[in-house]
Amino acid sequence: MSIETISLSGRKMQVSNKEMSFLERLYLVAIVKGLIITLKHLFSRKVTIQYPEQVRTRSTVYRGQHMLKRDEQGRENCTACGLCALSCPAEAITMKAAERKPNEKHLYREEKYAEIYEINMLRCIFCGLCEEACPKDAIYLTTSKVLVPSSYEREDFIFGKDKLVMPLEMAIKNTQLKNAN
Amino acid sequence: MDSTIIIEKSVIILVVFAITMVMAMYSTLAERKIAAWLQDRIGPNRAGKGGILQPLADGLKLFSKEEFEPDTPNKFLFYVGPAIAMSTALMTSAVIPWGDHFHLFGRDIILQVSDIDNAMLYIFAILSIGVYGIMIGGWASNNKFSLMGAVRAGSQMVSYEIAMGLSIIALLMMTGTLSLREISLQQEGLHWNVFYQPLSFLIFLICSFAETNRTPFDLAECESELIGGYHTEYSSMKMGFYLFAEYASMFISSTILAVLFFGGYNYPGISWAVENWGVNIANIIGIAILFAKICFFIFFYMWVRWTIPRFRYDQLMHLGWRILIPLSILNIMITGIVILRHELLAFLGF
Repeated sequence: MSIETISLSGRKMQVSNKEMSFLERLYLVAIVKGLIITLKHLFSRKVTIQYPEQVRTRSTVYRGQHMLKRDEQGRENCTACGLCALSCPAEAITMKAAERKPNEKHLYREEKYAEIYEINMLRCIFCGLCEEACPKDAIYLTTSKVLVPSSYEREDFIFGKDKLVMPLEMAIKNTQLKNAN
Repeated sequence: MDSTIIIEKSVIILVVFAITMVMAMYSTLAERKIAAWLQDRIGPNRAGKGGILQPLADGLKLFSKEEFEPDTPNKFLFYVGPAIAMSTALMTSAVIPWGDHFHLFGRDIILQVSDIDNAMLYIFAILSIGVYGIMIGGWASNNKFSLMGAVRAGSQMVSYEIAMGLSIIALLMMTGTLSLREISLQQEGLHWNVFYQPLSFLIFLICSFAETNRTPFDLAECESELIGGYHTEYSSMKMGFYLFAEYASMFISSTILAVLFFGGYNYPGISWAVENWGVNIANIIGIAILFAKICFFIFFYMWVRWTIPRFRYDQLMHLGWRILIPLSILNIMITGIVILRHELLAFLGF
């Protein structure tokens, strides 16, 4: 077997330069064939997803918006160690650490906490490396179907703790579920 | 002349005008829908139920757009262009027989605006004027792209008119009349001309694609080369007039195709229906049948548009001058031989 005839993909085709017959040169047969192909598409299933009403089914490992978790007693897990910011390839995360006051023990789990925690959603690429880097199980990428809402201001895309921390009701519900099991 | 005939004709004119407009309006929606379906999409479906109000929304948008005028020395011609395009597209419908006749109020009402005996010549005359709408508009725009589009449209439409006229001659030799009403009456039942003149039909079909500037012959306005061709500089409703005229002429040329080759309002068993159900019901069915045929041809125009890519300009001219014209002359000769076959055989001594 010579090198010219080998086809690794099995799709190799010999280019032919033969003269077209009279029927082929009329093009009418080819046009009718083309019309039949498009007619088949007229009745085929439509691929459009009507977005606001229908939502595309997402993968089970889909990574949506971030959430800063609370533990069973409703205290924030984050200790502002900065590993997430360090691991972030898009450099979207910034934070400012603060020391926990004695009367804040019910709010933060450990002695240090994030006073400011901001993710720039315009920079974030939703890679999930922050979640992997976190030693305290504090940051998670949820399966939330709500993407970042649109806005006219750039500032609106910098999400602070008000948007990122898990709501208290959700923490209470999680604890109740856990106790029930 | 009694006054009832004026009322009668006025009503027919109004109805035909309204129907042409509505058909042109909904052709725009049909085009978008069929384009979507052929490409596995859904198409516009937000305005009204299933997108039924989309043409109104489009029209409203065009009306509210800013009216831009280029700095052209010929403002008058710039205005006249779309007006000619629109009026020629509408004028052709005057001679179309929409049905045979109704028997109402004790009189026969012919369902045709005017039954002139040279209707075919009239249609060709109007079609020839149609070129001016595009030529004048493109030339008055004072824009090189528009001018190129107009020049292309001019030479294309003039070239294809020859083949179109020649293809019709074979048909006229057979029917022996230029009146569309006579031609419709001759095709009673299933004696449709397409079965007797298939080649003439094919040439006429291809030429009407070229005459209405539809893909694969839409070189006058090809977006990829000439931006928009002759209507590049037009905006607002003047642009809308050009687009609307295109759809109106598509409707009219579908009608002409249906009347000339597919029997017009005729359907198998029309004479039986006239005898048993009366003239009026038989003709209402006839009108419905005619519109079904027209809708099929409009669909065919769109179907072809989303199947075949645009020709190159030299291919277009090659097809028109070197294939269609000789072919239609050949068709005339064959038709002549078939019509005179007895005389020919006698002449040759059989």
